[in-house]
Order: sequence, then structure tokens, then C-alpha cells
Amino acid sequence: MSDRMSKAKDTLPEQPSDIGKTVGNVRSANPYVVAENVNVYYGDNHAIKNVSLEIGTKEVIALIGPSGCGKSTFLRCLNRMNDSIENARVSGHISLAGTDIYSKDLDPVALRARVGMVFQKPNPFPKSIYDNVAYGPRIHGLAANRAELDNIVHTSLERAGLLKEVIDRLDEPGTGLSGGQQQRLCIARTIAVDPDVILMDEPCSALDPIATARIEDLMYELSEDYAIVIVTHSMQQAARVSQRVAYFHLGSLVEVDETNRIFTNPRHRLTEDYITGRIG
Amino acid sequence: MLWGCAWCASIESSMSEVTRGKVSAGLARRRRKERLFRLCGMLATTVGIVFLVVFFADLIGKGSSAFRQTFLRLEISFDTAVIAPQGSIDLQYADFDLLARNALRDLFPDVSGRNPLRELNRLLSVGAGYQLRDMLQQDPGLLGSVQSVWLPASSSVDMLRKGNIDASIDAALRPISDAQLAWVAALQRDGRLELRWNRAFFSNGDSREPELAGIRGALMGSFYMLLVTLALALPIGVAAAIYLEEFAPRNRWSDLIEVNINNLAAVPSIVFGLLGLAVFINWATLPRSAPLVGGLVLALLTLPVIIIASRAAIKSVPPSIRDAALGLGASRMQVVFHHVMPLSLPGMLTGAIIGMSRALGESAPLLMIGMVAFIVDVPGGFSDPATALPVQIYLWADSPERAFAERTSAAIMVLLGFLMLMNLAAVVLRKRMEQKW
Amino acid sequence: MQGNTLILILAATSVVAFFMGRARSLKLAGAPRIRGALHSLPGYYGYFTAIWCLLPALLVLSLWLSLESRLIIALLVEQLPAAQQALSAGELNLLLNNIQNLANGDAISGTADAMLQDAASRYSSYMIASRRLLAVVTLAVAGIGGVLAWRRVHPALRARNKVEQIVLVLLVAASSIAILTTIGIVLSVVFEALRFFQKVPLSEFLFGLNWSPQTAIRADQVGSSGSFGALPLFAGTLLITSIAMVVAVPVGLMTAIYLAEYSSRAVRAAAKPLLEILAGIPTVVYGFFAALTVAPWVRRAGEALGLEVASESALAAGLVMGVMIIPLVSSLTDDAINAVPSAMRDGALGLGSTRSETMRKVILPAALPGIVGGVLLAISRAIGETMIVVMAAGLAANLTANPFAAVTTVTVQIVTLLVGDQEFDSAKTLAAFALGLMLFTVTLSLNVVGLRVVRKYREQYE
Repeated sequence: MSDRMSKAKDTLPEQPSDIGKTVGNVRSANPYVVAENVNVYYGDNHAIKNVSLEIGTKEVIALIGPSGCGKSTFLRCLNRMNDSIENARVSGHISLAGTDIYSKDLDPVALRARVGMVFQKPNPFPKSIYDNVAYGPRIHGLAANRAELDNIVHTSLERAGLLKEVIDRLDEPGTGLSGGQQQRLCIARTIAVDPDVILMDEPCSALDPIATARIEDLMYELSEDYAIVIVTHSMQQAARVSQRVAYFHLGSLVEVDETNRIFTNPRHRLTEDYITGRIG
Repeated sequence: MLWGCAWCASIESSMSEVTRGKVSAGLARRRRKERLFRLCGMLATTVGIVFLVVFFADLIGKGSSAFRQTFLRLEISFDTAVIAPQGSIDLQYADFDLLARNALRDLFPDVSGRNPLRELNRLLSVGAGYQLRDMLQQDPGLLGSVQSVWLPASSSVDMLRKGNIDASIDAALRPISDAQLAWVAALQRDGRLELRWNRAFFSNGDSREPELAGIRGALMGSFYMLLVTLALALPIGVAAAIYLEEFAPRNRWSDLIEVNINNLAAVPSIVFGLLGLAVFINWATLPRSAPLVGGLVLALLTLPVIIIASRAAIKSVPPSIRDAALGLGASRMQVVFHHVMPLSLPGMLTGAIIGMSRALGESAPLLMIGMVAFIVDVPGGFSDPATALPVQIYLWADSPERAFAERTSAAIMVLLGFLMLMNLAAVVLRKRMEQKW
Repeated sequence: MQGNTLILILAATSVVAFFMGRARSLKLAGAPRIRGALHSLPGYYGYFTAIWCLLPALLVLSLWLSLESRLIIALLVEQLPAAQQALSAGELNLLLNNIQNLANGDAISGTADAMLQDAASRYSSYMIASRRLLAVVTLAVAGIGGVLAWRRVHPALRARNKVEQIVLVLLVAASSIAILTTIGIVLSVVFEALRFFQKVPLSEFLFGLNWSPQTAIRADQVGSSGSFGALPLFAGTLLITSIAMVVAVPVGLMTAIYLAEYSSRAVRAAAKPLLEILAGIPTVVYGFFAALTVAPWVRRAGEALGLEVASESALAAGLVMGVMIIPLVSSLTDDAINAVPSAMRDGALGLGSTRSETMRKVILPAALPGIVGGVLLAISRAIGETMIVVMAAGLAANLTANPFAAVTTVTVQIVTLLVGDQEFDSAKTLAAFALGLMLFTVTLSLNVVGLRVVRKYREQYE
């Protein structure tokens, strides 16, 4: 690790042999998700190149980088959402609290109950607000009776900061809410399953600035209980919400470090170019 | 018009002299061609519409009279001596026809002789006796009383009344004799002849007598058949569509199934009839003429329609819904049954209705499996011999009597009515389905 | 026991199995349910138990029912007196029918002699025994399946995965029905056709000029063998199809062009549903219209012109069939025209082409493959059309190209040969399957080519 850190940014050559070498600190003090040498191929396309990264318990880590750099793909590896893509192939090792999530006898369904996901576009089910939140607890059997389910739904909406706005219309369709409310509903839906990690794939890209600010506040509150991995296009957002930032470029993880350090003193030239707006 | 002259002039001024000359020389001819082409298109479009108008006019002209039927009013005395000679009445064997004949004879007391009497009796339908029997069965108290009853007239009287028989032609060429003409005229004068609502058409099965023939049997046959078809084709079609859209890997087997479904949709329906005859009747020894077999054949026939429509409906469910459920830890099967199915159900049902309306209009394969028999009884189950509405139309269309032509048209109107209702339902369903995401 | 009662009992048993499986899973998981105590929701353990109770039993039931009658009849025949066993297949069939009818208490043909009575009572006793045994076996299988599955219920059992696997198998089975149907069609048609070709050589069938399938009852009558030269049928089919295409292709094409290019929105909104009505009218209705309305018109018109017109002329049937196919041609043409990129159209218009020139010289050539594919599908439809020709075309197999004469078609002959009770051994019946084979082969090839052309064409502009 120390050898990687010792590399000065101006001496880094951009050569194929350099693929997979990451600057900064990929380790976490308190690792919960550990990815080692992950490669993803879509057919012949090598989408993720030898990425290693640790994500700590109750840590917010932002994945940034230009479009098509593989940050969303990497995110989807963490809860095996790539499984549904037909010709996708994943190699390497990802473990969650010590369990290999790509092992043959692991049920992706159980994994996704522990690693929740919030998507780019708010995608509430065309059902009532209540049913949206209750869906996860129902399929995982988290409530023994109606009262428990009610409790879970209320708590989750409360934590997502949505309860006050929807308390008197829980049986109205979730699709009738505003964009920002819909996204908070999706977050409530995710935390209703009580996951350990929440993956967020550009959760604010379809929202206006005010709704975005609310979601960012929410993330801050949630980080007390969950590890959050957020993919974002906005460096301001990454700076505001995350403790660590990982910069991806063309499928490689170029640099990982504490947020302050990355934005004030990036060590890799590509990171600096991106942050200063030369790559976009 | 695009070719307004001011516009032409402004263009022409910017062209070279030679080009401009050439273009304007051809312009008139080109405009003529344009108009001709347009006219052809208009004519072609009218062909289909004119056909529709002529067809419906012809159909309604021929068929609407069948909904009303000529009835004779007779003073029937339920004479104990005639129908209950031994004191008690045997509904099965009592001669109710004689009651009607006696009543008719009372109106024309001067008719005598075997042949004139027989001619007189032929004014009445053979169904008259059955009607009297049913009356008595419902109300045994009628025995011994005298009632004024409207009884169905024979089909030749009916045709005469509706103006379908030309009384001026030679008596040997028309189905009604001069004496009968006179009697009918007399009855008409007395107000004893009237066109009334033809209930028998909707409540009876088939009959050799046009005035007694109805579509009830055919309708029930079609109903049982469609029930079998729907019960098989909808679940199988939806299941196949779900597999092909949500689970099937893209490989040769899936391609084969896909090609197969598209081709089956275009295989002539009569070939399905051959399949039904060889497999269901000859090999599996299922009963002939049964709605069960008809339903099986029609299910195979409509399966491609339902599969294709269901696949389209499943495709229209946005992937984000699937992602959301997967992300919460739903299995792919749960995603399908909790989210994709409910959302695409209206589309699937639309496909099912359209498939059912095709099945309802289908007749060729039913001819193959023996559903063309002459069946009087209204079928009461899936294995009773039955016919179907379109087949009934085919059978009646073959009958030479003028009165059957009228009934055929009326049966077609009923069939088209059902088809339009079904299509209307499909349109409404489709409108409600058009959900914006 | 009645089959229906048995199925009801099975259904009830599986419902019980569901609740027992579910209850066992809950019990094993312990009273205060903690997360992860059960692998799947309790309901899945219920479904798991119910499926294993129901599916094997249903399998046994359907197998039994499909084999039962054959076995019993074989048993019955074996015990018949030697004289009856020596009967020909047809007579034996009649005898067996009589026995079954007698056993069911229905009317029989002929007298019920002692032999028949005896056989009938034996038949009913076999039937009763078979049904009893069936009930016992099926319920035993259901019980064993249910109990075994119930005992396997365990918190670590992946019940959801197991249930989903079975559902997936059912889905695969449903999607294979399409293939089974095709195989069924091919097998049923090919087998009977092969039997026909053993009696009548293929060359005579394909190239013979004389079609009169009526086989005489006595062997010494004239024309006892019947003749099966199908060429006049092919010619008749071709004639009527051509007439239909002469109507449908230009009219359908021009309709699509007019509606796509020239008509106002209001006209289009009115005309399209009307054309759809045309497509939705059942063929038997077209047949009625052709036979009772159009055919007399054609004859009167012909007589007015001094032509001799048969009352069941090919022209009447062809005209009406053409109208029926107009919507098909016009909608496929519409698709083809719409698939041409608008840039091509704009380019031509921008050069100063009139709209008709753009259509004829740019769009139609570009859309031609799509239109040709559509026309192939329309031809296939016309060849396979049955009711119109059955009702409006004749039965006489004339080899003629005169549209005013009466001709017959392949589909008409299939219907005439097969309507009514037929023996499956006569050349007459088998001939229908040989014709069916021809029909299926020709329409299938047209469909395959047509669909492929249409799809290729669409991909080209995508």
C-alpha cells in the first residue's frame, strides 16, 4: 500500500501495464464490503479493470468519474444486479462482512436484502405509498402481523423524511408524488428492508436543486446507520456528502482517498484533470 | 395548393433560362399525373368502405325482418275430450295440434274435404301444438277453458306477410295456393294476423321448420366452446409469453419457438381442423361434435394471437420497475408475478378478447370435427353434440327456403353484434391501459 | 368414482397440504420469528408441499385416463368369441361401439343378444374396477407425495427456489406448446397423407387431370376406384387466388398510400377503423354474402353483357375474397411505407418532386421488399381461405382459366371429403389429408419467406 502512495502524480505513465493500479488508500479502517481485483466483461468489452476497494461500516463513499467510466457497473456488482444482464461476466472477489457474494450457493435475493439500491430515476411501483414501502418487508417476511408492518412502514417513511408529507394519503399511488418525494419514497422503501449497505446510482440526477438538497441531508442522517455508496456526476455533491471519494476512469479505479484530500490535493493527473474540469 | 402560380414564378425567375423552360413544359403533365394518382388512392379507399355500406345495407335489408314473425290469433278451447279423453292428461301424447286445427276450422266453417282441410291446416306452424302444450303445463287450470292465443303461422304465410312471395305469379310456382291466399287475406281483414317479436329465434335450437328454427343451441355451443378456449389459451398463452420475454435465454431454441409462433399465426385455420380430426378425435377418441374438442382446436388456433399480444404487453412494462423490485431482493419470479403480470394484464386481456373474437367467428376447423350436424337440442355441457353460431350460419345459408335466408342474415347480425361488443371491450381496455410512465 | 369428484378431492388435499407445510415451517422456525430463521416465506413451504401432493397425482391421473380405454378394449376383444375376433376392423369397431352403448344404457343398432349382453356387463365391470383403482392409486400418490414433501420442510430448505424452479418448468412447457402444435400438424397430416400415397401414386395425385373422389359402394360399378388427379384443384385455387389478388393488391396498396400521404386526419381517423371492421368480419359471413348477393349480381351482369356465367363462378368468390384481404395488404403496406426513413421522402420532395413522384420513384422502391413480403402473406391467406369458397365456389373440378366458370379449390375439397362420418381407411378421407399436406406445405413456405422478407426489410431501416 505504501508503495502505491509513494508514487508521485507527475511520474505516473499512462500505459496499459498501469491498468488496475490505484493511487491512494483503497483500504478502510473498518471494512464491511471488500472488493478484490474485480473485473467485469460485457461480451468482449472489458468494462471494469481489476478494481480493488474496501467500503467501511457506516461510511459514505462517492464514486465519481466521467460518463462510461464504469462506476455504475461497479456499483451494480456489489449487489449482483449485473446478473440479469445476459452476457455480463464478473471475476475477482467481493465479500460482504466476510461472505463471498459471488459464491455459488449464495442467493442473490438474500444479498439484495442486505445491500439495498436506489436508482437514478425515481421508480416507485405503481401501487400505493404504503404498499411501496411494505413490499420489501412482505417478500422477506420481516413482519409477523399487520401492526408490525405498519410500524416498519411508518418508521421507514419517517427516517426518509417523508412521513409528514404523506401520512394522510398512504393509500394513494406512489407515482402521484413529486420527483423528489418519489425518490425519498424509494429510499424509504430501501431502508424498510433494513439493509447494511445502500447503493445509490446518481439518485439526484433527475431532481431539482431543492429536492437534491433534501436527499443530501437525508444521506447525511442515514450515514449514522448504513454504509452508503453513491455514484454521482456532481463533484459538489460528492464533496458535501462523502467521507471518501473513488475516482474511476475508463473502467479503472484511478484514485481513492479522503474527500478533502482528493478535492484539495489530488495525486493522479487524471483525477486532477477531472476535478478541474478538463475531463467531463 | 403547393403549385400556386405566384410561387412557381418566383422559383422560375431564379433558374437558368433553359432549365426553366424544360421544367414548366413538363409541369402540366406532372400535375395531371399527380391528380390522377390522388384520385386512384381515393377510389381505392372508397372500395372498401362502399363494400361495407353495401354489405350492411344488404344484411339489414335481408335479416331485420327475421326478428319479427307472423302469428295467428285463434280462440283455442282446451277441450277435455280432445286432449284428455281418459280424464287425465298425458302431456307427451295428447294431440294439441288438433286444438289449434279445430280453432282454425271454426273460423272457416265452409271448408270441407280432406285436401282443402289439409291446406288450411298448413297455415299454422307445427310449433303451434307445442306452444299450447307449454301453456297448459304452466297453468293446468286452463283445461276446459277457451283462450285467445297468438300461435305461430307457417313460414309460407310468414313470407307472404313480409312480402317475400309474389302472389301474382302462377300458383304452381309459389309455395302457397290460391285458397290459402284467400284465407290469409280473410284472417288479415279480421286482425287475426300480426307480426310479433320472434322469441323462438332466441329460445329455440335448430329446426327443419324455418319458423321454429332458433340460434339458442348454436349460441350455447359457441359459449361452451369459447369457455374451453379461454380456459386453455389464456393461461398457456400468458405463461408462454412470460417465459419468452422474461426468462428465455437468447438461443436457438427460443428462436425456434419464436419463428413457430409467428408461423402458426398464419397457418390456414382449416389445417387446425385436420389436426383436431386426426389427433383429438381419431387418436384420442374424444367425442365428435363436442364443444370440448371445438374449444381445444380453437385454443391452439388463438394461442399465437394471445402470445403475441401478451409479449407486447410485457415489453411495455418499463425495466425500471423490474430493477426496483430486484434491488429490494425480489426473485425474478416474484418480479414477474408481483409487478410485471399485474401491469401487463390489461394488454394480455385485450389480446385474449381479440383472440376470442377470432375464435367466435371461426368455422372452417369446426366443420372438420363434426360440428356441422343438425342438432335440435340445446347443448347442456362440454361433451353434448353441438354446433357453433358461424357454423349454424353456414348450415342455414345452404338451405333452399327463402325463410332460412332471412334467418341466416339475422344470425349474422347477432354474430356481428357479439364481435363488435368484444372489440369495443378490447378498445376500452386498451384505452385504460395506455399508462404514461 | 366420477373424475370430477376425484379432481375436487385432489384439489382439497393439496389445499390441506399447503396449510400443513406452512404450519410446519412456522413451527420449526420457532414462535418469535427472527430474521433469517426461515429461508423462505412460510407460504412457499406451503406451496412446496402442495405441489408435491398435486403434481405427481395429476400426472398419474392423466396417464391412466389416456391409457385406460385402450387397455380395456384390448382386454374385451381378447375375451370375445373367436368368430367376433375374426371380424374386420370396421365391423369390430361397430361391435365395440354397440357394447359400449349397451353398457352406458344408450340405444344400440341391432339386437342385444347374449354375447353382446355378456360383453357389455364385462365392459362395465372393467370400467368400474378401473375407476376404483384409479381413485385409490391417485389419492395414494397424492398422500405419499404430500407427506414426503411435508417431512422435508425445514427452515434451511430453499422452498422458494424449489417452487420457482417448478413454475419455470411449467412456463417452459407452456411455451413449447407452440412447437408441439406444429409437430402435431405435421405428423397428423403427413401420416394420413403417406397412407393415401400408398393407395394412389404421388405422380397421379400431383399431375392427374381428373378429380372425382366418389368411390362407389360396389366394386363392379363404374368409377369404383375414384380418381385423384388434383391438378384441377390446384388450378382452381390459383384462379380464385389470382382474382382475389387482382382486387386486393392494387386496392390495398393505393388505400395505404392515400391514407398515409394524402388524406386529412379526419378521413384517416374514420377510414382506418372501417377497414378494421372489414378485417374483423368472419369469413363465413363473407361466404354468405358472396353466395347469396355477389354471385347473382355477377351472373346478371354477365348475362347483360351476353356472357355465360356459372351461378357459382370463380369471379364472385374471388372478388369477395379480394375485399376480405384488402385490410391485410393495406396494413402491411402501411407498415412498409412508414418504415422508410423520412429523410428519403424529404430529399425527394426537396428536389421538387411531386408527391406522387416521391411515392412512386422513391418510397415504393424502397418499401418494395416489405410490400412483397406482405403480398406473399396475403397470397398464403387467400390459398388457405375456406369458408368463402366452400359457400360460393363450386364442387366441380373443372380445369379452366375462365373466371366465369365454376371451379373448385383445395380447401373446398378437404371440407367436402371430411364433412360427415367417414372411415379413416378410405382413399377418399385420406385424400383430404394429402390435400391438407399440400396446403400446409405451400402456405408454410409462403409464410416463412414472407415473414423473413418483412423482418429483414424492417431491420434494414432500423
